[in-house]
Amino acid sequence: MTTVHDDQEAVDVHDPRLTRFDIVKEGTRRDEIEIVTYESQFHGKDSKAEKRIARNIALLFIIAGIAGFAFLAFYIWWPWQFELGDALSDYYTPLLGITLGISLFGVGFAILAWAKKLLPHEVSIQRRHDGGSPSDEQLITGQTMLYVGEELAQGVQRRPLLKGAIALGLAPIGLAAAAPLIGGLIQNPHRDDPPMMFSTGFNPAFNDDKMVRLTREDGTPIRPDDVSTGGQMTVFPGIPGGATNEWADSPTLLIHLRPDDAQLARANADADPRNKGSMWGDYIAYSKICTHAGCPASLYEQQTNRLLCPCHQSQFLITRNAQPIFGPATRRLPMLPLTVDSEGFFVAARDYKDTVGPDFWERP
Amino acid sequence: MKRRKVDLAQAPAVFAKGVDERYRAATPLRGILNKVFPDHWSFLLGEIALFSFIILLLTGTFLTLFFDPSMKEVTYQGAYPALRGVPMSAAYESSLRLSFEVRGGLFLRQMHHWAALLFVAAIVVHMARIFFTGAFRKPREANWAIGILLFLLGFLAGFTGYSLPDDGLSGTGLRIASAIMLSIPVAGSWISASVFGGEFPGHLIIGRFYILHVLLIPAALVALITIHVALVFVQKHTQWPGPMRTNTNVVGERMFPRYALKQGGFFMAVFGTVALMAGLFQINPIWLFGPYRASEVSSASQPDWYVMFMDGLVRLMPNWQIYIGNYSIPPLFWPAVVGLGALTTVPMFYPWIESRRTKDKSVHNLLQRPRDNPERTGIGAMAFTFFLVATLSGGNDVIADKFHISLNAMTWAGRIGLLIGPPLAYFLAVRIALGLQQHDREVLAHGVETGIIRRLPNGQFIEVHQPLGPVDDHGHPIPLEYGGWVVPKKMNRVGALAPAIKGFFFPVEKPAEAPVSPGLPPVTPAQEREEITSGR
Repeated sequence: MTTVHDDQEAVDVHDPRLTRFDIVKEGTRRDEIEIVTYESQFHGKDSKAEKRIARNIALLFIIAGIAGFAFLAFYIWWPWQFELGDALSDYYTPLLGITLGISLFGVGFAILAWAKKLLPHEVSIQRRHDGGSPSDEQLITGQTMLYVGEELAQGVQRRPLLKGAIALGLAPIGLAAAAPLIGGLIQNPHRDDPPMMFSTGFNPAFNDDKMVRLTREDGTPIRPDDVSTGGQMTVFPGIPGGATNEWADSPTLLIHLRPDDAQLARANADADPRNKGSMWGDYIAYSKICTHAGCPASLYEQQTNRLLCPCHQSQFLITRNAQPIFGPATRRLPMLPLTVDSEGFFVAARDYKDTVGPDFWERP
Repeated sequence: MKRRKVDLAQAPAVFAKGVDERYRAATPLRGILNKVFPDHWSFLLGEIALFSFIILLLTGTFLTLFFDPSMKEVTYQGAYPALRGVPMSAAYESSLRLSFEVRGGLFLRQMHHWAALLFVAAIVVHMARIFFTGAFRKPREANWAIGILLFLLGFLAGFTGYSLPDDGLSGTGLRIASAIMLSIPVAGSWISASVFGGEFPGHLIIGRFYILHVLLIPAALVALITIHVALVFVQKHTQWPGPMRTNTNVVGERMFPRYALKQGGFFMAVFGTVALMAGLFQINPIWLFGPYRASEVSSASQPDWYVMFMDGLVRLMPNWQIYIGNYSIPPLFWPAVVGLGALTTVPMFYPWIESRRTKDKSVHNLLQRPRDNPERTGIGAMAFTFFLVATLSGGNDVIADKFHISLNAMTWAGRIGLLIGPPLAYFLAVRIALGLQQHDREVLAHGVETGIIRRLPNGQFIEVHQPLGPVDDHGHPIPLEYGGWVVPKKMNRVGALAPAIKGFFFPVEKPAEAPVSPGLPPVTPAQEREEITSGR
C-alpha cells in the first residue's frame, strides 16, 4: 500500500543528483514517515565534546575486552573444584560473575552511549492505521467466508445421511486420539489393597501380618528408655525401606510426655473413641504429616506441648489429641496406637485409624 | 577462456538483488528498517522480561546437558563431603554434580535461577505499567490477556523448575502441590494419583516435570511471546501524549540505527546484571537443604518470590472445611485452586470489563497518566496491596522471627490486612490521583510558582507566578487546556535557567548563554538582600 503523505512530494529515486539520504527520505515517505528532526548532537565537526564521548566509548569497549579476557583466564586457571573450608575455589563463581558482568556491562554501555550520544538525534512521525480494513474489503472477505460455510453446511443439510455419518465417524476419532494421551495417565487412587490412601507402613499387612516396629532412620528399633522425658523422636515403620520416601505417609513423631502432661493427654485420648488406649505409658505418637498440606509438622514446642508445621503454621495441641488450635488445618493429627513387643521395643498395635496426610474429598 | 571479472565491491548488491528476486523482500524489509518506535523508559520493562527469557533458554540448555531427571535412588559419592554416603535421588545427585563438579556449572545454574526470578519480576512490573497507563485498551485487549497467560506460564515454569533438583525444599513444595491437587472436590485424589503416577511421591514426577519444564512450557512461552511481540509490532506501540503526538501517529525514532542499537545495549546490560547477580549472590544452595525426605523440613522454607503470594494466601486461610454428607472440601482448595485460578483468569478480562463500564469503544493509542484515571489506579493499587500482603504473609514466619513478633499475630495481621489493606489503598490512590490532577490544573490556570514573594503597598504578600501561556489584559494568565502530559511545575522546567554545563570535572564546551525573555532585562542576582524584620 502506497498512500502518500500529503505534505511531501514524491521524488524520482533514479535522479543522480539525489544524495543517499534523499533516497532514504523517499523510503520513509513511502512508509508514511516524516522525519521532523535529524540532527547531530554536536556543534560542528570534530567538536571537543564529540571526541570526548568517542574516547569514553572506546574506553568502555576496551574495559569489556579486558574483563572478557579476565573471565576466560579465571575460568581456565583459577582453582574451581570444591574444597572444604576457606579455599580459593570459593571465589571461583564470584570472579566469573564479576568479570562477565563487567564485560557485558562494558559492551552494553558502550553501545548505549554510541546510540544515545553519537548518533544524530531524531524525531520521526509515522502514521498509524487503525480501525480495520476498508469496508468493501471487510464485505468481500465476510461474504467469502459465508460462502465457504454455506457450501459445506448446505451440502450436509441436503444430504442427511452425511450428517449422521460425520457425527458417527468423527466423534470416535476425536476420542480415540485423546484416549491414549489421557487414559495412560489416569491412576485409581483406591485400587491397591490395603488402599494406599488410607494405609501407612505401620499396617501389619506390609509386615507379614506382624505388628510393625517403630525404628530410627537407620532401621534400629527403639526402647522406651531411648526417649527421655519431654523428648521426642521421628520414627519410621520397621519394614524394608520404611524410612525412605516410598513410605512418605509414615513418618511419625514419638513423644515422651512429662507425667502431668501425659495424664492430661491420656484423659483426652481415652475420652475419644478412636484414640482410646493408643498411648503407652507416658508415650504418645502422632503422624508427622500435617493434615493441611502434607509438610512434616516437625517443630515441637516442649513448654506449650504444641506441634507447629513450618510450612503454613498450623498448630496442634499434643495433649488434646493433637487438635488444631491455630492456622489453616482443620483436622487433628492421627494418633498411632503404641505398644511394646516381647523384646521390649516399641511397635504399632495397628495402623493409624484416621487417614494420614492432607485432606481430600472422599476421606471417610 | 575469458574469466569473468569478480567485482568485490558489487558483491553485496548482487547478492541482495538475488535474494530479492527470490523473496521480494525489499519493500517489507524497508518497512522494518524504517518502523518508528516511541521511546520512554517504562517501555523497556517488557524488554527485560524478553531478555531474561533469552538468558533462560541459553543457560537452561546448558543445564539439561548435565541434569538427570530420575528419581532412582543412588548414594552420593561426589565432591561435597557433607553429603557423601547419603542416599538420594539421581536428580538431586546430578544437580549437586552440576554445582560442584562441572566447571562453571554453579555459575550457570545461579544465572538460570536469577534470570527466572528477574523474568517473572519484569513481567509483573511490565504488567503494572500496562495497567496503570491504560495501554490494554482497544485495540490491545487480546495482548493483555496473552500477557496474563505469560505470567501464569512463567509461574508454572518457575515452579516446575525449582522442583527438579529434588532437594529438601523443592520436595516439600511438591508435597504441597500434591495436597493442593487432593483438595479439589470429587476428583482430587484421582488427579493427584494420575499426576504423580500413584501415591505421593512415586517415581515419575521429576521426569514428568522435566519434560514440562524443558519442552512443553518453553514451547508455549515461545509461541505466546512471538504472538505478543508480533502484535506490538503490527498494532504499533502506544505512546505518551505530548508535542506532535496524536492518536493516529507514532512519534519517535526509526528502528534502525538508533533504536535497535539501544535495544542491543540494553540486552547486554540486562545480561550483565544477571551475570553479576549469579556470581555475587547465592541462590538456592541445594546442598544445604539435603535430599528430599518426607519427614524433614526446616522453618523459613519459602518458595521463590512469585509463589510466595500463594503460600501466603494458604497460610492466611482460616480452617473452614465444608462438609457435604460423607464428603468434604478442605480449606486448602479455596486459596490454592480457586484463588490461583481467579487471580490468573479474572484480570484477563479487565480490558473488556473496563470498556463495558465506561462504554468506551474507541481506539486508544495514547497512554493515560495514572492520575487521569483515578478509578483504574485505585483498582491497580488494590490488586498490588492484596498481592503484597499475601506475599509478605508467605514469609510471615521469617518476619515473626526477625522482628520478635508473635507468629499468630502475624497471621492475624495478614488476615486483617488482606481485607482492609486493598480498600484503603484504593481510597488513598484515588485521593492522591485527584490531588495531582488538581495541582496540574492549578498550575495550568495560574502558572508556575516562582518562589518570589512580593509585598504589596498595602502590606499584603503575594507569590509571583510565571504564567505558562499568554496573559489577558490584566496580566492574568489565560487558563490552558490539560494535554494529558507532564505540566512543568518548576522554573527550570520552563527554561528559566541555563542548560546544564557538560563535563564532569571541568566544562568541555563553553556553556550556552542563559535564554532571556524578550522585553525583560537579563536576571541579575541581587547584590544585597535585606532581611525582612518586623519593621525595624
